[in-house]
Amino acid sequence: MLLFWPVAIPFMTAVLTMLAWRSLRLQRAISVTGGVLLLASAIAIMAAVAENGPVAAQAGGWPAPFGITMVADWLSAVMVLITGIMAVATLVYGLADVTAAEERQGHHPLTHGMLAGICGAFLTGDIFNMYVWFEVMLMSSFVLLALGGEKKQMMGALQYVALNLISSIVFLSALGLLYGLVGSLNMADVAVRLPQAQNDGLVAAICSLLALAFGIKAAVFPVYVWLPSSYHTPPTIVSALFAGLLTKVGVYALIRSQVLFFDVSTPWMRLILLAVGILTMVFGVMGAVAQGGFRRVLSFHIVSQIGYMILGLAWMTPMALAATVFYVLHHILVKTNLFFIAGIARRHCHTEELSRMGGLYARYPGLALLFLIPAMSLAGLPPLSGFWAKLFILKAGVDLESWWPVVAALVVGFFTLFSMLKLWNEAFWKSPPEELPDKPDPAIGRQRWRVIPVVMLAGGTVAFGVFAGPVLDFSLEAAKELLNPQIYVDAVLGDRS
Amino acid sequence: MEILLALLIGILTAAGAYLIMSGRTLPYLFGLIMISNAANLVIFTAGRLTFGRPPLVPPGEDSVSGVANALPQALILTAIVIGFGLLVFALALAFRSYYVLRTIEMDDMRAAEPVEGGK
Amino acid sequence: MNSLILSTATRILMPAILILSVFVLLRGHNEPGGGFVGGLLAATAFALKEKAEGLAAARRALRFQPMSVAAFGLGCALVAGIWGGLLYGHFLQGVWPFLTTGPDGAKGGLPLGSIFLFDLGVYLVVFGTLCGILFALEEAVASDADTGGD
Repeated sequence: MLLFWPVAIPFMTAVLTMLAWRSLRLQRAISVTGGVLLLASAIAIMAAVAENGPVAAQAGGWPAPFGITMVADWLSAVMVLITGIMAVATLVYGLADVTAAEERQGHHPLTHGMLAGICGAFLTGDIFNMYVWFEVMLMSSFVLLALGGEKKQMMGALQYVALNLISSIVFLSALGLLYGLVGSLNMADVAVRLPQAQNDGLVAAICSLLALAFGIKAAVFPVYVWLPSSYHTPPTIVSALFAGLLTKVGVYALIRSQVLFFDVSTPWMRLILLAVGILTMVFGVMGAVAQGGFRRVLSFHIVSQIGYMILGLAWMTPMALAATVFYVLHHILVKTNLFFIAGIARRHCHTEELSRMGGLYARYPGLALLFLIPAMSLAGLPPLSGFWAKLFILKAGVDLESWWPVVAALVVGFFTLFSMLKLWNEAFWKSPPEELPDKPDPAIGRQRWRVIPVVMLAGGTVAFGVFAGPVLDFSLEAAKELLNPQIYVDAVLGDRS
Repeated sequence: MEILLALLIGILTAAGAYLIMSGRTLPYLFGLIMISNAANLVIFTAGRLTFGRPPLVPPGEDSVSGVANALPQALILTAIVIGFGLLVFALALAFRSYYVLRTIEMDDMRAAEPVEGGK
Repeated sequence: MNSLILSTATRILMPAILILSVFVLLRGHNEPGGGFVGGLLAATAFALKEKAEGLAAARRALRFQPMSVAAFGLGCALVAGIWGGLLYGHFLQGVWPFLTTGPDGAKGGLPLGSIFLFDLGVYLVVFGTLCGILFALEEAVASDADTGGD
């Protein structure tokens, strides 16, 4: 039952907030409580995994591979944990940032519906079930993105919907072929049966279709265009939640499927992943350098950072996979925080266009400092988390003497620093343009609810950097487990394998 | 029968891809509907075809053999319901965007993109 | 739409369809039928009401917000799942509180439990969601007609 709580709690919260639609105050209370409970259940799962190794649970008590399985190994458990942390941070930030109109249109139920989908996708041990969770997540995110119905939002949502629907269909086709080939959709069972399938062509087709489907979700080159066109349009809190978690679900699915199903059979896939990783990094950062809107710059950086994670997956050594896990965790913390700060800066300057912002350092030095921590971490300055994340990726590459990606990663790191300095210079340092009003946006609301999560996450980033050693040890543990699918299979199928 | 279905899947996908590349929102969605139907047919065909044997246990028997596989049908049903929900939302979105912008040409929908040459 | 025939027929048809939907829901326990189909049927009844007597009348007949009905249904399904989870440790495992086993091993009692609660949840979710979509679309069309389609 333990493994079902991270899905059941957000769903229950969504139900209760929907039933409490008359009272916004009650909705907020339920919503935050739900987030805290989600975090608590994630911690409980983490503790269980730490004690007993990977755990599995069967819905309805039907044994795998017949029932729907939920599995938590190190990777799943830590992803759910960070989802819980982000949920609490975002919901607290939302206390100040979500307008009453958005709340009446169903902001809270949708947010929790999306969280349920994310947690479900991380925990499920059945690939068709993963498709269902993806759709739960997508459905809520579509509506969240379009909520409010501004022109800009609608256009962003259209692009997002258009590409993500294609991803869903590709995923579904891959599942059809996979089922036809091995006759099972339980991930552990597939991992056992797929190597015995005497049909290399079909395996290659399934492998590429899955990679394409998850690649669209993860926003890799050349299918990343939906992300920068849509993530800067919705309210701050929505884009912060998307920026932190949604693409990582794609990365998680990519890691899980490639490692569990195809690890030995497809060296060509790794070559493709390597190329995709490099191109994603380069195109993402180039896009970021060219942009003039605060959140648009950050959106392109999401794409660029995904490239690093894909590199780690392509190398597929214990060190490289550990670096990828480390990178994912670091990036979720930092990117969500940067979007939070972008939201605060926007309230102060009444705009997101960098050319019309400025002077934030003189007026709000505290905010400027809080921006510097995640920004420099993203750029990879020691001793913050981003430095270690990049260092581990580079080390994995150097160990393999895979020089081109290493050079690309270094160059992209340089441009990331450049682009973060641009944000700093334009929004915080330069003197404000004359038309900038002195007073912040009157809709700024209860500022402390915004500052608390920002400080929390910034503290988290620093702690992540200071305790990089233990986190790396943990990531190595997760990587070892990933590279030995037998552990996963044993946890799910038990003696029957 | 498999060959017939395979051809049908191919035709649906080709027609869907053609519509998707039209650069207009409404044909794009129609194309998506076609391709998603093709995907459902892929699952159906991959689950092995049987002729005229529903997956039911006749009265008085304990087990069955040689009947249709019920699992792909359940998967398709799930996929249809989900796909239906998503497409309804996408259609509503396309409809709203037509009302706001008075166009279905995707090239004219640049409200989310920065203005060329700065502003 | 103002049609005497339709509105008169609706008065008879609506209860009949609603009863049929409940019948299908209950029958779904062991035979073809179930919450999904039942919910669709119930939504049809309200669609008929809406067509015959207008949106306001249909909303009044439903009494609750359609999305609240759907939320309540989702809640039912979740409770059914958690019930089995807390009792037997497996999420969604069936619980049969009224089922008895006699001393000779014969099964008796009422086969009513968490499975039915789950089915009822599906029924309400489908019913509520469809009514919600239907009413929202009808409202959008109505407001477009008011403003001359713009």
